[in-house]
Formats: sequence, structure tokens, C-alpha cells
Amino acid sequence: MVENTFGKICTYDQVKPLFKDNQSILFGGFGGVGTPPGLVNLILETNVQNLLLIGNDAGFPNIGIGKIVTAKRARKMIVSHIGSNPNAGAFMQNGELEIEFSPQGTLVERIRAGGMGLGGVLTDIGLDAEFVNQGKQVVALDNKKYLVEPALTAEIAIVYAKQCDPYGNLVFDKSARNTNPLIAMAGAITIVEADEIVPLDALNPEHIVTPGAFVDYIVPSKGVDWKWAWETVFDKH
Amino acid sequence: MGMGDGIRQTLAKRAAEEISDGMLVNLGIGIPSLVPDYLPKGHNVMFHAENGIVGISHSPPYEEADEHLCNAGGYPITVKSGASYCDSAVAFGMIRRGLVDVTILGALQVSEAGDLANWIVPGKRVPGMGGAMELAAKANKVIVLMNHTDKNGQSKLLKTCTLPLTAKRCVHMVITDLGVFSVRETGLILTDLYEPYTVEEVRKRTEASFDVAEQLRILQK
Repeated sequence: MVENTFGKICTYDQVKPLFKDNQSILFGGFGGVGTPPGLVNLILETNVQNLLLIGNDAGFPNIGIGKIVTAKRARKMIVSHIGSNPNAGAFMQNGELEIEFSPQGTLVERIRAGGMGLGGVLTDIGLDAEFVNQGKQVVALDNKKYLVEPALTAEIAIVYAKQCDPYGNLVFDKSARNTNPLIAMAGAITIVEADEIVPLDALNPEHIVTPGAFVDYIVPSKGVDWKWAWETVFDKH
Repeated sequence: MGMGDGIRQTLAKRAAEEISDGMLVNLGIGIPSLVPDYLPKGHNVMFHAENGIVGISHSPPYEEADEHLCNAGGYPITVKSGASYCDSAVAFGMIRRGLVDVTILGALQVSEAGDLANWIVPGKRVPGMGGAMELAAKANKVIVLMNHTDKNGQSKLLKTCTLPLTAKRCVHMVITDLGVFSVRETGLILTDLYEPYTVEEVRKRTEASFDVAEQLRILQK
């Protein structure tokens, strides 16, 4: 039995009231890998609408954040890619969903800046790209030009971790780490879904990727409940 | 991409010649992912993925697939000795800092100046740029693998790209089903030609102008 020393370990019912209409939500994950499955289902169970979803991509129609997109709960996404979720493309075309594309490396750096308490980042990526530089300030520094890319934060961040201790110290699992440590730092409220909740001292302080100071709530994961694209391909053969 | 299996392998095999031991290499999805099959056994090339992996190895058999160990295309992979995981920001730091030696990717259009368009067809196909802008602009060598012409038979090697650019003057080499082009300061140069095509046939099917290397290499498919 893990002691709930910091009061952060919760049930899904306890964190449910945190989700509200019109909220901004940062989500971890890359093509659904590393997106917290239980928290995605929780958002679907609540009736919250008009969400602003910020993360790497739109997942797949029935995978990761894609499930929330498919259920038409989002009014806007800030992402680098929606190609794997045709629903996102269709809703964008018919005007139901606004999409702000940000180059992937710029996007995660904007989130990192938000999490680090900075106002934004300077980058030369997209300086000449009409879909990226629109309305953005250009500054010169040491005779080089940079685009000013504003930091991103959100009211809630949903994170998927491999292990979490009662303080919220996090360790991730291989490529399911991806944007999770960045997302974890940039939410006004950060909720972690962990495959394993371990006692204090179970994690080596040298190996902790995200310090628990960034984490507000912890819920236990039951793991992924969707079928991956590669499993579906295998089924067809 | 609508390319026959044999041609896909041929392009991947040619691209593999551009990779040597010690390099850090990022591969796009599709044909570029076939490139490692043509590297010598026991090579010391490290493959990088935008989702935070350095040291990707082969695809596992289905039963051994780990849902938390996938490449940027979302397919299960394994890692080799010396591999590491990082977050997405660090993965892109490696790209922007110029630590990625080679990136191999697909394209919709390439201009004779080496401009690349591979992320959007306005009003038609708008998937988003993903990590293509960083890879195209910052990898030390950008190799494009693509069909020489689109499905309407139009040249994809153009004087000027008509689609929105991913990055300007970034492509170093273009490998198509007709031949291999190098992008130089002075323009394109055809360095390799696939049998049974002739230079004249390539010219007919190419909108961009190009020179022909003095020692044109003839490749078999």
C-alpha cells in the first residue's frame, strides 16, 4: 500500500470536476503513444465542450486524443500534424475545428518555455514559411533573424507516466516519454496517469525525469484500451 | 506513393550508399524506412526519431512488439546497443543544432535550387508539417526519395516549386525512379541514371533544367 503522503493520489471521480467547458488542455503523446488513456476516457465521460487541445498531433480517430476530436469536443487544436486523424481534417475543412499548425520542434519548445516560466522562444524555423510566420514578430539578434514564437501553457495538463511516487516524481517508458515531461511542466493543473504508483524512495532521485513539484494530481492507469494502427494492419494479414 | 515494390527497394538501396559509420540519421516514413536493410551487417549508424529515440534498430516480430517503443510513424521498433530515449524537445535540439548528419524524406516537389515542398497541398491535403521543417532546414545532408513524376505524369523536379515550401535551398540530393540528381550552387546535375532510361528521356520528363555529370553512372534496377 502506497501512502498518500502529499494528498496527490486520487480517484478518477475526484479529478473529474476539474474539467470544464472552454478549457485549454495540454496532452502528452505522439501518435497516441504516451497519451493517458484513462484521462482521455474521463474527459469523454464529462460533458465538457469547446476545448482547446494542445499537443504534438491529433492522434488517430479512435486512439489517444483523437477520441476527443472524433467526439467533437474540441473547438481548436494547436498541433504539428493531423494526418493520422482524418476526422480532424474533415472538421477543419467544414469549419467545426480550428487548427493552428506549429512546426514540431517549435511547438514542443513553446510548451517547454511555458513550463519554464518564459515568454517565448526565438527560432529561425519557419521564418520564410507563410503558414508559420503569419502575424509573428521578427527580431534580429547578432545579425541573425528569428521568429518570436510565444510560449504555451494551459489550464490543465494530462500526462502519462510509467512510474510515479506520492510526490509526483515521474519516470517514463521508452518512446512514450515524448512530449510528456514538457506537458507536465506547462499546466496550471497537472494530472498524471501512471502505470505504477510506487512508494517514496522507490525511484532513484538521479533517474527521475520530472520532479513532483510540477504534479498536482495522480491517478492509477488501467493501460491502453484502444487497438493500435499496427495491430489493425496485422489483423488484416 | 504508388511505386512498385522493386523500385522502392532500388531507391532505398541507392540512398543507403550515402550513409556511413558513425552518422546520426533520421528517416522519414515510407521508402526511407527501407534504407537500413541495405547497410552492411554490424554497421555503426545511429538512427534518430523525432519522438525521442537515438539508436533505432529493426522492427520486432508482432508478438514481441512493445506499444511504448515506436518510431515517429507509430510502428513498433527495437533499439540497438548504445541507444537512448529523450523528450521531444531534446530530439529537436539535436536537429536544430546540426547533429543529424543525414535525413532522408519524401517530397511533393523539389526545385532546381533545392527548395523543398512536402507538407501541404492547400485546400486538398493539409496534414501539417510535423517535424519536416526542422529536418529539412537543419540536417547536414537532405536526401529526397520520390517518384520522378506525379500521378498525372507531371515533373516533380521543377524550376520553381508551386506548393508552399517546407524549407528553402535545403535539398542536397534527389533520388527518383529515373536517376540521381545532386543540387549544386550552379543547379542540378544528373549523376546516376537507371537502366534502361536515356538522358533524353529524363529531360523529357523533367521541368527543371539540369547538367549531366561527365562520368554518368549507369545503375541497374
